[in-house]
Amino acid sequence: MNTTYFVHGFLGLPILGFLISLFLSSKKEGALSVLSYSTAFLQLLLVLVFSGSWLLHGAVPVQFKEISVYRSENYDFFIDFLVDKLTLTFAFLGASLTFLITIYSRYYLHRESGYKRFFNTILFFNIGYSIIIFSGNMETLFIGWEILGVSSFLLIAFYRERLLPVKNALKVFSVYRIGDIGVILAMWLLHHFWHENVTFLEMNRTVTLHEHLAQNSGVGLLIATLFYLSAAAKSAQLPFSSWLPRAMEGPTPSSAIFYGSMSVHIGAFLLLRTLHFWENQLYFKFGLVFAGLLTAVIATVISRVQSTVKSQIAYASVAQIGLIFIEIAFGWENIALLHILGNAFLRTYQLLISPSIVSYKIREQLYEVPAQENKSSWFKSFMDRYYVLSLKEWNLDNGLYSVLWNPLKKIGRGWKVLNFRYVFWLMALILGIGLLLRFNEAILAPVVRERLPFFFAFWGFLMAVKAFTERDSVRKSLTLIMFNHVSISLALSFNAHFDNAHHVWYLSGIVLAWAIGYFLLTRMRKTEWISLDNFYGHIYEYPKTGFVFLLVCLGLSGFPITPSFIGEDLIFSHIELDQFGLAFFTAFSLVINGLATMRIYARVFLGPHVKNYHQIAKRSS
Amino acid sequence: MHEKHQLQDILHVLEHYLPSQAPLKDFIHHNTLHAFQDQPFHKGLHAAQQLFGFQTYLSLEAYRDLYTKGAISADSLDRALADQNELTKDQLFHFETATENPTVVGSYRLQWKKKLGFDLDARVHPLLFRIVNSFLDQGIAIWRFPTNGLPFLAALRQMESENTASIFSGERARNCFLNPAFTLQDALDLLVGDQRAFENYLYDQQFAHPGYAGMIAQIANRPNLLVLKREISFEDFVLLECLLEIDALDQHHGSWIPAAKLGLETYQFDPKQVLSTTAQKLKAIWQDAYEWTYYDQVLASLQQKVSHDQPKVSSIGIFCIDDRECSIRRHIEQLNPSFLSFGTPGHFNIETYFQAHGSLQRTKICPAPVQPTHLIVERSVAQKKQKEWHFDARAYGLLIGWVLTHTYGFWSALKLALSILWPSKNTMAVSSQQHMDPDATLSIEHVEGQRTPDGLQIGFTVEEMTAIVGGMFKSIGLQNQFSPLVYLIAHGSSSANNTHYAGYDCGACSGRPGSVNARVFAHMANHPMVRQALRNKQIDIPDQTHFVPILQDTARDEFIYYDLNQIPPHLVDVFEADRAIFANACQLNAVERSRRFITVNSHAQPKKVYQKVQLRTVSLFEPRPELNHATNALCIVGRRQFSRDIFLDRRAFLNSYDYRIDPAGDSLSGILNAVAPVCGGINLEYYFSRVDNEQLGAGSKLPHNVMGLLGVANGVDGDLRTGLPSQMIEIHDPYRLMVIVEQKAQVVLAAISRNPNTFEWFANEWVRLVSYDPDTNSFAVFKNGQFQAYQPQGTTEKLSDNLLEKLIQTHENYPVVELSNIAS
Repeated sequence: MNTTYFVHGFLGLPILGFLISLFLSSKKEGALSVLSYSTAFLQLLLVLVFSGSWLLHGAVPVQFKEISVYRSENYDFFIDFLVDKLTLTFAFLGASLTFLITIYSRYYLHRESGYKRFFNTILFFNIGYSIIIFSGNMETLFIGWEILGVSSFLLIAFYRERLLPVKNALKVFSVYRIGDIGVILAMWLLHHFWHENVTFLEMNRTVTLHEHLAQNSGVGLLIATLFYLSAAAKSAQLPFSSWLPRAMEGPTPSSAIFYGSMSVHIGAFLLLRTLHFWENQLYFKFGLVFAGLLTAVIATVISRVQSTVKSQIAYASVAQIGLIFIEIAFGWENIALLHILGNAFLRTYQLLISPSIVSYKIREQLYEVPAQENKSSWFKSFMDRYYVLSLKEWNLDNGLYSVLWNPLKKIGRGWKVLNFRYVFWLMALILGIGLLLRFNEAILAPVVRERLPFFFAFWGFLMAVKAFTERDSVRKSLTLIMFNHVSISLALSFNAHFDNAHHVWYLSGIVLAWAIGYFLLTRMRKTEWISLDNFYGHIYEYPKTGFVFLLVCLGLSGFPITPSFIGEDLIFSHIELDQFGLAFFTAFSLVINGLATMRIYARVFLGPHVKNYHQIAKRSS
Repeated sequence: MHEKHQLQDILHVLEHYLPSQAPLKDFIHHNTLHAFQDQPFHKGLHAAQQLFGFQTYLSLEAYRDLYTKGAISADSLDRALADQNELTKDQLFHFETATENPTVVGSYRLQWKKKLGFDLDARVHPLLFRIVNSFLDQGIAIWRFPTNGLPFLAALRQMESENTASIFSGERARNCFLNPAFTLQDALDLLVGDQRAFENYLYDQQFAHPGYAGMIAQIANRPNLLVLKREISFEDFVLLECLLEIDALDQHHGSWIPAAKLGLETYQFDPKQVLSTTAQKLKAIWQDAYEWTYYDQVLASLQQKVSHDQPKVSSIGIFCIDDRECSIRRHIEQLNPSFLSFGTPGHFNIETYFQAHGSLQRTKICPAPVQPTHLIVERSVAQKKQKEWHFDARAYGLLIGWVLTHTYGFWSALKLALSILWPSKNTMAVSSQQHMDPDATLSIEHVEGQRTPDGLQIGFTVEEMTAIVGGMFKSIGLQNQFSPLVYLIAHGSSSANNTHYAGYDCGACSGRPGSVNARVFAHMANHPMVRQALRNKQIDIPDQTHFVPILQDTARDEFIYYDLNQIPPHLVDVFEADRAIFANACQLNAVERSRRFITVNSHAQPKKVYQKVQLRTVSLFEPRPELNHATNALCIVGRRQFSRDIFLDRRAFLNSYDYRIDPAGDSLSGILNAVAPVCGGINLEYYFSRVDNEQLGAGSKLPHNVMGLLGVANGVDGDLRTGLPSQMIEIHDPYRLMVIVEQKAQVVLAAISRNPNTFEWFANEWVRLVSYDPDTNSFAVFKNGQFQAYQPQGTTEKLSDNLLEKLIQTHENYPVVELSNIAS
């Protein structure tokens, strides 16, 4: 089978399915579910047929460049695909599970009010997953990576009228954004490492790789560590493990396939995909084995004290993925792939049948009286000393919160006094000065000029933090997010002189999204009280506004629906290798920006509705 | 000392308002708002709504919509409106509801939260739930909470002093906790600082998580609910929560002052003092009109139809009172017009525990409030244990897990595919037949001296059997009409992946299938000495009569027969003929039920439909194996001919009763003592789960997570969800139960007056009561403590044939119609 057709087919199916599903009426349960499972079934057929012919033809990895989205002298943003054993294994896993679970959900979700939304999101997720596993370079992978993040958010917050799913969706999204930092910075470093955008195959080509690594061993280690950071975040490894049980908020089948299998193994995929890049970096491999082992042991211990069935399965799965990471570190690719498949199927099935544990265990207890206490042994009494720690999940959940978000909150709350108008004018002033300086650079002393990029990047970072911690005005937060992007753009314009078109690429989508968002909020303010001090749940009365606003948020956070997505990458290519501080603050503010936008969406539109004239769930439920 | 008492009084009253749901294995329906039952229905609902913020009715828009659709008749609306003189018809249709209704309980804490500037509950709840759920866990965690046999706080204290980590973040709360002399009073002094605000504080705190609070109150009061024994008191739980709050405040604020010093407004918690709002009064009128639109149809048809005496009785079936039996009885009677059916609570008057073969536990198989003194032991050779390794601790292990995922992981893939593409019987599914091995022998007859160490008598003596059998026949009015074969048809249900499975079985058997009860009763009634003794009590069972026990699976529509080898040879032919009719009726019943399942095409070949209906009970992905008691609305207490000829669409509990042999209402009193709490409990749980599925029901069951085998929650950090999931109640119409008794009003009044608890149900109208006087063919409704004559307004269609054909045209409720005269 022609590889190009195969890839186009495999990726085109969910895209087509998703687009059709958007236009189907929410009452058409049958059509929606048939569309979803036939998409997955055709994908499964494709992958089986293709794999057969691929194996017969010598199982050679195939890579091809799809299209250059943007090209300039020394920059080429292109979509690239790669098909090899790893791709096909994950394609088989994804297609077979999606097929089974969509059939399952066809009946399971019958009469559920979000029936259509569920299948839309599953198809959307399928798109992201497929792009990731077929990606031939980091840029392509990142597109899928972002789609996966957003669809995960939507699936976890599927019961959007309750508080906990929404809060947990935000929590998981924030961990995913940390993973995104890894990918963004790795992309930037790789670009400098090779002086161009490379494909995975080129990256893995031993000869050139060794040359580069010999010259830049520090950068090599840094890139590998960034890969681990992203992989660990997505695969719930330490210190991120506590998000996985909290993702189990959607309908059981969606938890089963996404957090039991497909989504949670993507981290392992990333490590396997970049295996050849780091396989000769001994320190990194030591670190990886150590981290895997630590995760495996701690997650197992935590899993054993869990008194709820889903969190028990989640931690058991995390522990196995820890082992998978070790297998990857040792370069046992085939064993790791088998392990991934086995773990994915096992956890999916365990989660699906988890409600049955009630009747099963109660029946079992009729015949085997369970011991009232743990069996006593020196080991148990030793372990009992760690019971409270394990019950508190080794402080992973609180720890992550206090290490990452509390400092940000402190920074953001520091200048509470500024109201919207002052902030706006202050920003406008600083940006105005910036622009003025930009076009009259001659007057600046070189020392000042060198520092300006960092200054504006840091200023942008502060804007993002302020937007993220704003507790009152929604429009202020939204505007600060836009200012953050402008600030970054300005910072980089001082850094290197490049085509202004790059700025246009970058800012076009953002400014448009901001304008629409601002309009929607202003219109809503006429009839409703909106603020960021609470979750308002306005989606109950404004489903359409909510949907458009979600698109606005995606646009504002540089999601691949506007040119800004490419702009982001472009902008990064203008940061030099020795400007790590600049790169870090730019990347970090993009991450915080993403969080701040989703936070706005969640607080205004999701959560328990403020108007209690209808059934509203308790905040604790 | 005085203060301590006061605090305990507050907690005691508070507990009364918490949900009273037991752990999942003992799921039993009850009135969700039982705490308000001492007030008239509408007053109670209004108080509950204002105090706790529950929705207790449908919305005004929904009622108006029902009116437009004809589900509320203009006539009933006028009557309901005429019952009061405060509100106008115009308001019914045009009154605008306020968008925000402040809730009383929680308001104190809400002000506090605003002053504090952070969400205390969000900090405290997850850890609190985790600790208490781990302590109470009945078998999910592989590594159990090390209780060392100690009660809750003592065990926690021991752990706190020995563990590497503390449950607290700061020293102050930890020190208070480790000091056993530190009481709830002390904690509240720190947190609240003013005795007068304690009540507000505690209500707000506990009703922020009614699920766990209620579960702990239940377990504290009835420790036997648990298999793994755990000792916990409600006060200890509250104390721990207060300490965690102190800890969180210390962490967040450093120094803080008690809530009462912040000038927060307090509230009065007094359900009797709540004044109804206009919207509430309007909804009460709408609700009455809604209910009477349906009731009137029923009463009209009962009045119109002509009662026929059963000409000749070929066989008799005694069924459970359950509303799900309504249709199977009709199908059998239509196939065999000389079949006579009776209804009575499905434990068949047998009050006992049951111990399955090889089991070390006993299960109660009679109504929940009864405390049995007997035990039935099963002896069998069958192996009952089926292992499912997916639930085995090893599947969660690290190194064994490593091997298992590499090997069994692929076996899971296969099972996953098979269970989704070709669902079939599996180890996970619950089957009604698991309860008892059909070939087992039961210790029905008491052998002198056989008792369990704790004093239960094994089996029954002949005198006891006589009383049980005689009592049941007397109550249903079966004294000398015995046919050659009499069937005792118990029921149970099968389902897969269903956490609430206990709620699908027989309520009268404490949420178990009734198979043991049917077999035990049949054995007793077949007993020659029992028959001899009964003849002295004017109950004459002919020697050639034989009783056959059956279990009906209400989800699979199957009859499972027991003790067939005991059928006398001369009755085998009769039995075979009946069995063929039953099989046919089961299929028809499945087709009738299928009309409510939108995913089953009822118009297909009946055999296909039947298979599809059965497939639902083994499919992992089917959240609705059956619809259980949904749409229940009636309870008819009377002879079969009183209601046999009208079509009630599986909405009626049917209890047999013969007014002619009970002039003083003795039997009736016994029947209504059971009907009010059992049928009323089912009906009101459905009602409240329907009108507020989020707070009084369990919400959608799709995201449910099993918490320690005690209950379900959404996700891993949520509070326990009580009530029924949305999948069980979505087609339910929130009507109160109307009990229609075929007996003169003064006898009914006398019967209910004997038990104050029963009287309260009817007097406060949480359950409606109507008397039908067979002599005058007239009705009287029990209202404001007395019977008032009622004349139905409606008329009823007569349906000649092809009822099933017409039924399956619609998923909706079918109107009450008069059936073609099956007896002629």
